[in-house]
Amino acid sequence: MAAPPIRSNALIHARGLSKRFDKLLAVDAIDFDVERGEAFGFLGPNGAGKTSTMRMIGCVSAPSGGELSVLGMNPITDGPRIRARLGVVPQADTLDMELRVEENLFTYARYFDMPRDLARRRTRELLEFVQLSDRAKDEVEPLSGGMKRRLTIARALVNEPELLLLDEPTTGLDPQARHLVWDRLYRLKQRGVTIVLTTHYMDEAEQLCDRLVVMDKAKIVASGSPRKLIDQYSTREVLELRFSIDAPPSLDGKFEGLADRVEVLPDRVLLYTQDGEAAAAALHGRGVQPESTLVRRSTLEDVFLRLTGRSLIE
Amino acid sequence: MTGALRFLEHHAVLYRRTWKGTIFVSFVSPLLFLAAMGLGLGSLISSGPVRTVDGVSYLAFLAPGLLAATTMQTAYVETTYPIIAKIQWLRTYDGMLATPLTIGNVVAGEISWLAFRLTMVATIFFLVMILFGTIHAALAPLAILVAILTGLAFGAPILAFTATQRTDNAFSVIGRFIITPLFLLGGAFFPIHQLPQLLQGIAWLTPLAHGVALARGLTTGRITSSAGVDALVLLAYATLGIIAANITMRRRLSK
Repeated sequence: MAAPPIRSNALIHARGLSKRFDKLLAVDAIDFDVERGEAFGFLGPNGAGKTSTMRMIGCVSAPSGGELSVLGMNPITDGPRIRARLGVVPQADTLDMELRVEENLFTYARYFDMPRDLARRRTRELLEFVQLSDRAKDEVEPLSGGMKRRLTIARALVNEPELLLLDEPTTGLDPQARHLVWDRLYRLKQRGVTIVLTTHYMDEAEQLCDRLVVMDKAKIVASGSPRKLIDQYSTREVLELRFSIDAPPSLDGKFEGLADRVEVLPDRVLLYTQDGEAAAAALHGRGVQPESTLVRRSTLEDVFLRLTGRSLIE
Repeated sequence: MTGALRFLEHHAVLYRRTWKGTIFVSFVSPLLFLAAMGLGLGSLISSGPVRTVDGVSYLAFLAPGLLAATTMQTAYVETTYPIIAKIQWLRTYDGMLATPLTIGNVVAGEISWLAFRLTMVATIFFLVMILFGTIHAALAPLAILVAILTGLAFGAPILAFTATQRTDNAFSVIGRFIITPLFLLGGAFFPIHQLPQLLQGIAWLTPLAHGVALARGLTTGRITSSAGVDALVLLAYATLGIIAANITMRRRLSK
């Protein structure tokens, strides 16, 4: 693999990047650049190729084809040098259950060749940052899912990384724990840490990402800021209708001229329109009586539905 | 090489909590075996018609054999369950490999740790042998090295095998059908030449027979003409095992 030309600020540069496992093509010739200081997301359902991409960026899995440079270096030949400047939060916590909370950070700091004094100081600071100082001497196992996640994030920050990779940072957490994680990530972003994350939660992508790519079936199907993607692939508003499951009415032709696009899902009908209230009133005039109606703004979920014909979380 | 040293710190942190227990076990186990088998059973032999085994007292015959067999067992324990735990159950290696540590560091670190544990076990065993008065030659301390090498000759290939496993099912099979039979029949308790011809052939294919022969020669002062071959066999098993472990660990951890 020839060293790819590096764009001025790109921390990660990928062209035609692919990953193949035996017969399965997990990542199929994707192109993207991540600029310094931005929060960049890979949005897509499970199995879209997000984790494989992250593992290639993290220099633990070699690309099967294409170009990839991370921090201006080649992940295949410069793995240890690149990893010295990365923070990695894997999908499943890989905390050391045999070590106590603070030992998890301290021993991890030592893998980065950090002097003991500095490692101790970083451990204290990071436990404070993720609000786990009072659990420093505790075992890891009894911590809640949210606490373990925060400890994993603290561990990934031990070397003050320029680039933080997070694979599904809040999957499996309750809403309160998710917001706490988001808050910490937001602070890191403010400090200038470049963040790359994968998620299948559209709200997470909207909250955290300056720019994102939508992945489906190993390919990138769209890219841009959350706002731009919504503007481009969806309407301003969405009218959601739910009908009685026992006696669904005949809807043939009833939506004619009311919406740019209509999605009929198993549990509801979505009308993509600039003015949801007007569409709802017009439907009422045509004698359509849904059990419930809801007017909302378009989200990335709608973008994904439009692009792939499927929901993000199935 | 600093990577492997960093890796070893992880072991050191954990070992700080358990070292007393491991030293106690390493001391008591040979004490019991040498007392029961060496002195107890040995007194029957020395008062019987043959009196000696291969020209030495049963205790002097048994102790070096048991030394080599014990490091084989330690190597088996250290390279099976704890390793698959770090590969798969706890995913400790995945966390480590997100740092500048490499898979090569992990393998070098695990082999070094195994060598350290074997050194502890073999040295303590040797001290017990001194207590029992079974050291009869100036070169006897070299038996510690032979025991360490015997452990590595088992541990490195088992480590390579462990990296290919998804479950721990095969480990009990190795224990029951390789390690325990070798411990009992592989030359520690009685001379291999008393086994049926076929089993003798099998025994000499394994590192244990060579480790036992070499250690026994060194502590009894009756070094055999095949000592060089014995050492080469142990070295070959250890070296090939380390090469294989690098390959299988790389395959497993870099997907």
